[in-house]
Amino acid sequence: MPSLKDLKNRIASVKATQKITKAMKMVAAAKLRRAQEAAEAARPYAERMNKVLASLSAANAGNAEAPLLLSGTGKDQVHLLVVATGERGLAGGFNSSIIRLAREHALKLLAQGKTVKILTVGRKGNDILRRTFKENIVDYVTFREVKQLSFANADDVARRVLELYSKGEFDVATLFYARFQSVIAQVATAQQIIPAKFDDAEAANGSAALYEYEPSEEEILEDLLPRNVAVQIFRALLENNASFYGAQMSAMDNATRNAGEMINKLTLSYNRQRQAQITKELIEIISGAEAL
Amino acid sequence: MADAFNFELVSPERLLLSEKVTEVVIPATLGEMTVLGNHALTMTTIRPGVVTVKLASGQESKYVVFGGFADILPTGCTVLAESALPLSDVTRETLQARIEAAQADAGAATDHEHKTKLEQYLNELTNLNGAILPA
Repeated sequence: MPSLKDLKNRIASVKATQKITKAMKMVAAAKLRRAQEAAEAARPYAERMNKVLASLSAANAGNAEAPLLLSGTGKDQVHLLVVATGERGLAGGFNSSIIRLAREHALKLLAQGKTVKILTVGRKGNDILRRTFKENIVDYVTFREVKQLSFANADDVARRVLELYSKGEFDVATLFYARFQSVIAQVATAQQIIPAKFDDAEAANGSAALYEYEPSEEEILEDLLPRNVAVQIFRALLENNASFYGAQMSAMDNATRNAGEMINKLTLSYNRQRQAQITKELIEIISGAEAL
Repeated sequence: MADAFNFELVSPERLLLSEKVTEVVIPATLGEMTVLGNHALTMTTIRPGVVTVKLASGQESKYVVFGGFADILPTGCTVLAESALPLSDVTRETLQARIEAAQADAGAATDHEHKTKLEQYLNELTNLNGAILPA
């Protein structure tokens, strides 16, 4: 049975923890709003890009000389997994759900006899994946020092990926990140970025043929495809960022609530014990007086 | 008066402008081009330069763009810039920083074709520097 003093100390410590989690929740909420705005601001560009590329690639579908980024290398032996996670923990299941998805994917590919290479973005994913896939990790990017994600950051990642691709180091690249659905729901997602895939079927309705291209269709495609990789990565990073703060916010909200419950329980037992002690002292005094 | 059409200037980070305009001058790779309403479907890449927009209200605004492409439809025009800034926000330092970054890239490039491209980009940036910020 803990003494009164112990209980008092515990209550004080839980209260301190609660203050911290509450502050973290507030901070996460403020950052979430900013991250969400950034993710929304990036949407028009990505959507346009996707539309333009979808129509261009539809026009180039049968072309044997289409850029490799579009048509692929024709093999799928070597897979590159780009795993984007957060820099920090304390965000509920955010990091672990992305990592779990990536790990399952990697194990499945390995079981099929494929080669798996991993590029991690973010410290958390790197730390955890390094334990199981140490020899598979080819590169590691961290944004620990970066306050506000900019396109240049995504471009940096994209360049590394493209460089590996142009050296023929892999055939298929898949990007792992958490798609932001709402503050309480973030969905770990795998998205194939190389060779490029477009799900926009309506864009392929033949309007592409009417376009005039300057300089030429091929050159534009060659210019756009690498840029598209950067845009996709950028979008994933922004979504990830928003998801991270969303997850952190709800995790901290839970923690604050749990701390509140804990404080209630501890206070109750503290009061009971205090009461018991007072009663005990009274009995002692009374029985002492009676004995006289 | 020319027909007004929709013009959008977007960079990966945000939507800079979405307005009704009567005339836009785009620094296309093959030379400056002026887009008016009912333009034929065109897609062109752009080089670093100044986009001049004449709004339907008669005002004129200028933006500096650093590469990207433009999608022109009879009903509107969208410029997808790799990066874009209002002209008034561009300072000698920001341009200089970009020029230095481009120089470093060009120096590091090993692939010949890639290097030529980067050098061309660098040239355009330097020209731009001279054009909008006369010494």
